[in-house]
Amino acid sequence: MARKLKPKVAVWKFASCDGCQLSLLDCEDELLAVSQEIEIAHFPEASREVIKGPYDLSLVEGSITTPHDAERIHKIRRSSKSLITIGACATAGGIQALRNFKDVNEFVSIVYATPEYIDTLQKSTPISEHIKVDFELRGCPIDKMQLVEVISAFINGRKPNTPAHSTCIECKRRGTVCVMVAQGKMCMGPVTHAGCGALCPTYNRGCYGCFGPQETTNAGSLSSQLKRMGADDEEIVRTFRGFNAYAEPFRKESELHDKENH
Amino acid sequence: MNKSVTIDREGLNQLIIVLGGMGFQVVGPTVRDEAIVYEKLGSIKDLPEGFTDEQDGGIYRLKRRQDQSLFGYAVGPHSWKKFLHPPERRLWQADSEGSDFEIKPEKLDTTKFAFIGVRSCEMHAIAIQDKVFINDKFVDPVYQVRRENAFFVAVNCGQAGGTCFCVSMNTGPKVEAGFDLALTEVLENDRHYFVVEVGSKKGEACVKQMTHQQAQKEEIAQAENVVKETAGQMGRSLNTTDIKGLLYENLEHPRWDDIAERCLSCANCTMVCPTCFCSTVEDVTDITGTHAERWQKWDSCFTMDFTYLHGGEVRASTKSRYRQWLTHKLASWQDQFGSSGCVGCGRCITWCPPGIDFTEEVPKIRDSETQSLKMS
Ligand code: SF4
Ligand code: SF4
Ligand code: SF4
Ligand code: SF4
Ligand code: SF4
Repeated sequence: MARKLKPKVAVWKFASCDGCQLSLLDCEDELLAVSQEIEIAHFPEASREVIKGPYDLSLVEGSITTPHDAERIHKIRRSSKSLITIGACATAGGIQALRNFKDVNEFVSIVYATPEYIDTLQKSTPISEHIKVDFELRGCPIDKMQLVEVISAFINGRKPNTPAHSTCIECKRRGTVCVMVAQGKMCMGPVTHAGCGALCPTYNRGCYGCFGPQETTNAGSLSSQLKRMGADDEEIVRTFRGFNAYAEPFRKESELHDKENH
Repeated sequence: MNKSVTIDREGLNQLIIVLGGMGFQVVGPTVRDEAIVYEKLGSIKDLPEGFTDEQDGGIYRLKRRQDQSLFGYAVGPHSWKKFLHPPERRLWQADSEGSDFEIKPEKLDTTKFAFIGVRSCEMHAIAIQDKVFINDKFVDPVYQVRRENAFFVAVNCGQAGGTCFCVSMNTGPKVEAGFDLALTEVLENDRHYFVVEVGSKKGEACVKQMTHQQAQKEEIAQAENVVKETAGQMGRSLNTTDIKGLLYENLEHPRWDDIAERCLSCANCTMVCPTCFCSTVEDVTDITGTHAERWQKWDSCFTMDFTYLHGGEVRASTKSRYRQWLTHKLASWQDQFGSSGCVGCGRCITWCPPGIDFTEEVPKIRDSETQSLKMS
């Protein structure tokens, strides 16, 4: 299939660790094919060259944490035909959304020598709270093969194949022995969106929920399960407050068990 | 009764080696990651010698036994389904050239498996999957070739698991049919031997290459006793009297809501069930758009995509999805395939993280029926 013009793709960064963008650089084998099919117009992590918008596709990493970023994301949306968020920060607010459960001014006064210089928002929020997002790719970090799949789907005009069911399904297809049932380890797999291929259980540890809530999350039942396994409220709060702490089903569940809310 | 011989541990080891020599990939129980799973076996050294399991709703624990038995446990997280109906496989690939494209069918993988240690409930599960995959108009070629090539060394259970209920489902613990060889492990005083029932010509040919003796009456009696004792140890039971009518008449029973509060929709129950056969088909293209692949993967009625039609999911609530799973296993399977879809292996109870146990749930529905009958 010969295409006349390569789609122009831009990669943007907000509050994040760069890990998701690096997943794109990490696609060694696929990168060549990717760069032949798309024109990378803006990707500070990879090159300083900047090609002006508008862009066919924007990949957005990171959450919104400052008034400046809250404005910048609107400009990016206006210059992008399609916009896809990549990773837990952009999709759910990220690990930095832990501050959403406390008063951010207290942190600022403790951490910074001159708090007056700090201009930050009360909360770390996902991109979708600010603009319309066309697709959200989960993960902390994202899975590089899923990223290639999403870009392929975009270029070929089809729906990305990124199932939203539980991580347990991937775990069982791989033949991994369930760490929760066989070893009594806490595992968030039953409430977590698939995508990583059940990486942690396969290495003998419980799932941390990096891919956020699955399509029909029953967080309450998992909490009861963790209690039966001996966890107290504090541990349950910690379990749900990870990289996707601010994703609604996880947020609500941790708030139910957080003493500070009662 | 079929012809019976006895072999000792060395005889069993010879069997594994003989089967390997006949071109089989020998697979069976082995210990990995705190459980007994089904994987490649090289010799009897790979078998879970001296191990057993404790099972309950949502709990599995690997434990040591006091003896050297090789089959002293019940079924674990794996089933033979993973070999006969692989969890993920490519169906075909396609490449485009110019305005045309070419479909490349997948080469049929004709691996010959020898299954060591197949339990009675599992033999029944395979017979049920046969009805789904090969005994009808539409045949699954991968299942068919693997099934026809497979060699079955069954084992009569010497110990029932905490969640087993084959006696209620009439599927065990004694292996009745479909095997090439069926072993019963006997440990008495200083003697450790296996009574081997020969079920096929292939089985007989194997026995000839192993050190064996004609089975004595007392040995056969010992073996029968082992199975009888197991039948008396079932960890669970289920009253199946008119179970189809019971479930069909109670589709709106409040118990389904109660279960839905606990159910995680995680699909573990369907993945571990040896009779569940559902799969999904996923199409992928590479980034150039000139190469496409179609994959088949195990699916479950617990996912939203399973019933996604134009405009949304048919079974959007967890309640409707759990009800689908249970009524399919115990009721509509009978309409569809002429038997129950459950063989009482207990895996869906053990490997359900919150331990939802339908041998407890169905009686709840039944009891409320009896009560309301009494009241009216
Ligand atoms: S280990 Fe975790 S992800 Fe895997 S089946 Fe068990 S609960 Fe699910
Ligand atoms: S259900 Fe019966 S046949 Fe199956 S493992 Fe348990 S005792 Fe053996
Ligand atoms: S429904 Fe449960 S007990 Fe019955 S065959 Fe399936 S996994 Fe085994
Ligand atoms: S219970 Fe669900 S997954 Fe299993 S065979 Fe029936 S529809 Fe398929
Ligand atoms: S019944 Fe248990 S194993 Fe099945 S989906 Fe519900 S919680 Fe998961």
